[in-house]
Amino acid sequence: MAELSYRYAVAEGLAREMRRDPAVVVLGEDVAAAGGVWKTTQGLLDEFGPERVWDTPISEQAIVGAAIGAAMTGLRPIAEIMYADFLGVCWDQIANQAAKLRYMTAGQLTVPLVIRTIHGGGVAKGAQHSQSPENWALAVPGLRVACPSTPADVVGLLAGAVRADDPVVVFEHKGLLGSKGEVPDDEHVLELGRAAVRRRGTDLTIVALSATVRLALEAAAELEGQDVSAEVIDLRTLVPLDAGCVLESFKRTSRLLIVEENPRQGGWGAQIAALVAEEAFWYLDAPITRVAGESVPLPAARGLENAVLPSADQVTETALKLART
Amino acid sequence: MTAGNGTVQWLHDRYADMRRIRRFEDITYTLFRRGTLDGTAHMAAGQEAVAVGARAALGADDYVFSTYRCHHHVIAAGAPMDRCFAELLQRRTGLCGGKGGSMHLTSVEHGVMGSYAIVGSQLPIACGAAWSAHIRGTGGVAVAFFGDGATNIGAFHEALNLAAVWRLPAVFVCENNLYAEFTAIATSINVEHPAYDRAPAYGMPAAIVDGNDVEAVHEAVATAVGRARDGDGPTLLEAKTYRRYGHSRIDPADYRPDEEEETWFARDPLTVTRRRLDELGVEASRVDETDERVGREVDEALETAMQAPEPEVGDAFADVYAEGGAGWRS
Ligand SMILES: Cc1ncc(C[n+]2csc(CCOP(=O)(O)OP(=O)(O)O)c2C)c(N)n1
Ligand SMILES: [Mg+2]
Repeated sequence: MAELSYRYAVAEGLAREMRRDPAVVVLGEDVAAAGGVWKTTQGLLDEFGPERVWDTPISEQAIVGAAIGAAMTGLRPIAEIMYADFLGVCWDQIANQAAKLRYMTAGQLTVPLVIRTIHGGGVAKGAQHSQSPENWALAVPGLRVACPSTPADVVGLLAGAVRADDPVVVFEHKGLLGSKGEVPDDEHVLELGRAAVRRRGTDLTIVALSATVRLALEAAAELEGQDVSAEVIDLRTLVPLDAGCVLESFKRTSRLLIVEENPRQGGWGAQIAALVAEEAFWYLDAPITRVAGESVPLPAARGLENAVLPSADQVTETALKLART
Repeated sequence: MTAGNGTVQWLHDRYADMRRIRRFEDITYTLFRRGTLDGTAHMAAGQEAVAVGARAALGADDYVFSTYRCHHHVIAAGAPMDRCFAELLQRRTGLCGGKGGSMHLTSVEHGVMGSYAIVGSQLPIACGAAWSAHIRGTGGVAVAFFGDGATNIGAFHEALNLAAVWRLPAVFVCENNLYAEFTAIATSINVEHPAYDRAPAYGMPAAIVDGNDVEAVHEAVATAVGRARDGDGPTLLEAKTYRRYGHSRIDPADYRPDEEEETWFARDPLTVTRRRLDELGVEASRVDETDERVGREVDEALETAMQAPEPEVGDAFADVYAEGGAGWRS
């Protein structure tokens, strides 16, 4: 085990897959010599050379399209989209092409493609560089969606994503880049669709993802002091969704709090709420509760941004209320 | 003499390929009129020479990317016609099991890597196939077909630039049939040639080719493919052609002036090639025999497709994900 930063874990995870499989290639803006604007592809050009690591023009449709074409003809490309907000520029390639080609061709085409991008607010960069649009991807059958919350998960989920034969959108979180954690030295592969229980508890279940896992864990520690025992689930992937893990936990606690950074309006938490309402309704002891990003474009001013993004305090307060309902 | 392998037989065979497509499209149109076909269909009748001429320049390691107007490319590639008809007729034996439909004919075993119905979307994907052929060192070339209207969409420009800066083994073939749906391309560009005139912006070699002359198309594509295989990068070709039918379904194409139609129909690719065969001394009766033979083949293919079963409901849930099914939760 070595302690790595989340940022370094991305480069490490990519390098491990590139060492293992010569079909893995990386492309994106500034990913080669510059090592990525987030420094998450640092070292790859040096180790693997220009035939494996490709800088592209500022052409998101061409980046994703080229990755799709390469994926269907024998490579396992990893495309970087610099900010998740820019998915809007290449959404056709992701949602209409990558997601649907296998289906439309009755399995003749396979698109083993990874699209890495970075999401998340808290950076005072305003409405076009701060979004968490994982709910966009969740709404498209044919895509898989992964959102690692720890350095170990970065390595494990990247490995799982690269090895999956489906297009996978991996969201890395800006706010987590500097966070540190232990990463296994040996091969570490996480199968997509396995949530992690980050903390055991008995009074309520908190379902979180990516950076909200940290908020949930901070809140859970705080709640302990108030005699509330919260279980914290890190979904890790939205598709496949580990419904079994959520339902099992919820059936024990009978109280559900969902913490999501994407907008409440159509956010992934609504999907979790629907799942529990549809399949475990009779276990409910209190209404399902969501702490979510507000349904507004993200403002640049810190004070405003903080007011519309979920916080640990908000999770604690909401959880306390829920536990006492 | 003739292009291709230089024989009269080569040209006669290309004529047969084009006739096969024409027959397929004429039947498709008739089925639509009668209400036998559901959904939509974009007939490529009139544009056969582009597909057939280009295909003849390609080998087993090459890739073709098409649009919703794809029947000619898939048939030219050698996909079984009964399975093409079956796809249009929503049958289980269709190329895509009935899940693609007329706009998405695909036959990977024949190198046709999909037909794409979002205008221009196949161009970046073709770049990727070319890129992959380069990285894997297969010597393969990717050919992307697209319409004149597609030259106004961003994906076209992103793809051409990427292909040029990465020197990809790709060939971009614009089938300029003068119209994008019901709008004359001349009214939506400020240059004369929608594809050719854009090439200088990407530093890409380009040529205009008579898209109704199968020999000319073949020669131009063969040259471009050769350049791509030699590592000299992509080429943009603009094939001037014209569709026999409207944009899709039973569109009567009322927006096209009569004189324009007359001029172009007189230069129909089948007429052009028949005339050429005549010049080369092939008796008309032999060409008529080809018409009959190919006509029978296509009719039989339709017959086979008509007998085929419909998809089973379970098919709707297959192949969303690689594990085979539609499992979005674990
Ligand atoms: C992105 C997108 N915009 C609009 C359409 C609707 N549409 C389908 S075909 C077409 C015209 C395309 O014309 P052209 O590229 O010349 O091809 P042609 O149909 O003539 O073969 C349009 C506008 C579409 N399918 N995709
Ligand atoms: Mg057109």
